[in-house]
Amino acid sequence: MRQIFDIHGGIHPPERKDMSNPGWVSDCDMPSKLVLPVTQHIGAPARPVVEVGDTVLGGQMIAEAQGSVSVPVHAPSSGTVTAIEARAVPHASGLTDTCIEISLDGKDEWIGCEGLDNWRDETKAALLERVRLAGIAGLGGAGFPTAIKLASDRDGGIHTLIINGTECEPYITADDTVMQCFAQQIVEGAEILAHMVGAETVLLAVEDNKPEAADAMRQAAAALEIAEVVTFPTKYPSGGEKQLIEILLNTQVPSGGIPADIGVLCQNPSTAIAVRDALIDGKPVTHRITTVTGMSLKDPGNRRVMLGTPIRELLETAGFNADSADRVIHGGPMMGFAVTDLDMPVVKITNCVLAPTRTEIPPPQPQQACIRCGMCAEACPASLLPQQLYWYARAKDQEQLERHNLMDCIECGACAYVCPSHIPLVQYYRSAKGSLREAAKEKVRSDNSRSRFEARQERLEREAAAREAKRAARKAAAEARAQAGDDPVQAAIERAKAKKVQQEAGQ
Amino acid sequence: MSLMHVSSPHVHKPVSSVEQVMKQVLLATIPGVLVLTWFFGPGTIINIVFGSALALAFEAWALWLRGKDYKTPLRDHSVIVTATLLCIALPPYAPWWLIAVGVGVSVLLGKHVFGGLGYNPFNPAMVGYVVLLVSFPLQMSSWTEPRGIGEVPGIVDAFTALFAASSYDAVTAATPLDLFRQNSGMLFDDLMQSKAELTGPIAGLGWDWVNLTFLAGGIWLLRQRIFTWHAPVGMLTALTICAALGYDEGSSTGGGSVLFHLFSGATMFGAFFIITDPVSSAVSNKGRLIFGAMVGILVYLIRVHGNYPDAVAFGVLLLNFAAPLIDQYTQPTVYGTKKVEADE
Repeated sequence: MRQIFDIHGGIHPPERKDMSNPGWVSDCDMPSKLVLPVTQHIGAPARPVVEVGDTVLGGQMIAEAQGSVSVPVHAPSSGTVTAIEARAVPHASGLTDTCIEISLDGKDEWIGCEGLDNWRDETKAALLERVRLAGIAGLGGAGFPTAIKLASDRDGGIHTLIINGTECEPYITADDTVMQCFAQQIVEGAEILAHMVGAETVLLAVEDNKPEAADAMRQAAAALEIAEVVTFPTKYPSGGEKQLIEILLNTQVPSGGIPADIGVLCQNPSTAIAVRDALIDGKPVTHRITTVTGMSLKDPGNRRVMLGTPIRELLETAGFNADSADRVIHGGPMMGFAVTDLDMPVVKITNCVLAPTRTEIPPPQPQQACIRCGMCAEACPASLLPQQLYWYARAKDQEQLERHNLMDCIECGACAYVCPSHIPLVQYYRSAKGSLREAAKEKVRSDNSRSRFEARQERLEREAAAREAKRAARKAAAEARAQAGDDPVQAAIERAKAKKVQQEAGQ
Repeated sequence: MSLMHVSSPHVHKPVSSVEQVMKQVLLATIPGVLVLTWFFGPGTIINIVFGSALALAFEAWALWLRGKDYKTPLRDHSVIVTATLLCIALPPYAPWWLIAVGVGVSVLLGKHVFGGLGYNPFNPAMVGYVVLLVSFPLQMSSWTEPRGIGEVPGIVDAFTALFAASSYDAVTAATPLDLFRQNSGMLFDDLMQSKAELTGPIAGLGWDWVNLTFLAGGIWLLRQRIFTWHAPVGMLTALTICAALGYDEGSSTGGGSVLFHLFSGATMFGAFFIITDPVSSAVSNKGRLIFGAMVGILVYLIRVHGNYPDAVAFGVLLLNFAAPLIDQYTQPTVYGTKKVEADE
């Protein structure tokens, strides 16, 4: 048995995972149309390569990656492009973004997908390119381009690959279901990932509230010698990348750094499957397993959903009773954000759509004064002082916010969960982080212009000094000549005098 | 349906609110108050009831003056906690005006001039207590004789005392800490034998039970996770160490025994109900440990070398001043900022 370590803080919110019946997955009905945002990942938006009116096939690339930190988008089924325009997209900001709308023809015709017969013979660069072209971004919820994550091995390389099947958020059972139903594919994906980054150990991490998933993973992991299933006590937020690394390896990712800095790579089980499908089957990311749950639904569960399916249609197939709900949450109840428009589509990061009733998740209670009780500090997995950060955020005291490591906040919401004064702490931190980032950018800008100004000033001074030096040199030379008796004026006068003397003599 | 746009997290810990915290603190004082009532009669309970009613009135008035909603904050019970803690510390059978001045100072000057709940740099109950102690030393040192020595006053006596024009003329007696302070010629052990007030099983008749019950209430709060162990353990440990170092086998000028200090006066009440006030103490666990320890040292020094028999209020107020400084130097190590040990 591998030794397990504890993290600071953490909470035990009611799990409510049974509601979505983990371990079973059904296909979501084919929607009439799909809405595919060009940004379903962190990074630059993809650029549409189709036009309105084009016919597309399943698996066809409809938007290409633009820049290095970007991933392409593929059509999940066959149909016609009917619009390319700004639509509401699932993002905490509530902003709109360019989306490609496809009206499906219902035939579900696909392009031919060509996998690799033997991926071990390929170079790492070729494998990475395939991962990139398959449109894979972290499917656990963060959406970071997987190819970039795989390429960023800093000095020392990667020694440990962690498949993060923690899924510590309440309600969500998508990873649980994937692990129970597709354990073998996960292990194949993990083998490919480990090969690509040169990891010597693969840890398949499962929280101990998912014994069926852990069993399935153990059976599948027998096929991979370097793989080991690790279970650990259920506690939120053990599934945070940094927290999980501490639990499994008893080391911390340096502040401001990434796991690769300490030789670790974390991937979600679904992402591992996506990598496997991209290399072995040649298939891009076009579907995902999403938990559809909450007491407003008659038929909650896990669905295999086409990306781009409007959330409204997904909810309706699960028997949504709109009258009993006053919010729909994209993601889980701890870190998810409220959906502002039900026409928003399911995207690569949509691991859960939660439609709770009003009694299940009541409206937030009015905020009271902070009494600095410190329950937030006891709950914080990053050992921050949330009560202090709250004061400094309100005072907009950027110096103290930095001194109290605001940027190390992972926005897990444990502090706000326990706060007896019902203060929406995470909201304060998000906004304060935004202004810190702005201030940092502003500082870079002003530093740049200052150094530009200083450089110019220096150059002008240098040029002036050079001119001055030249003039001084000329003057000095002239004076030197004068002292040596070869003053040109004197010489000219003397020449003139001599000439006059000659003329007078000649007359 | 209209969609609510709220920020994460969407769920909140059930039954966790400021009023819940305050209610638990009030519940935890009950055993101590009952023991006080057993030994000294109903004076303390009447103090508390009268003081709480006044405190609610003062709070509502202050909120109204400040142009705030004055109904909701009354429900958070914080002002009742302030009044209760102050009234437990007052002598039983205090006249009404003493209680009114104390509660008024606590609520208005201790709390609302700084901006109300959560903004007060000082422990409001202790602000009120110290103002009374300095202004009305006679009334503030009039403790009655405990059961077992004198007659314990009844309800009628208690109300007479509350509203009497002149001060209540019950038989007052020195508390064990008073006797200890006034002692000049007796060996500590002889002193403990000489007076009926000092012959309790640990540290003076009645007072050891009072301290034990507040300790029990405090441990219950600790188990309810209302506060962490750091401040109380800091204070009690520091007091223990000081008393042990200062104990000279009980000479007449010595510092008194460890048990005497731990179970006399306001030690346990202070350790679990006063210095644990989160608003005015240090924020980090390490900070609270230091905060408590400094209070413990001050309590010992003032008890043994100062002019007042007890010192929890002074110790707490002095440390309230120091809390921001303590915070500055006791920030916990944040994830990922630990100094990395050299790799092999």
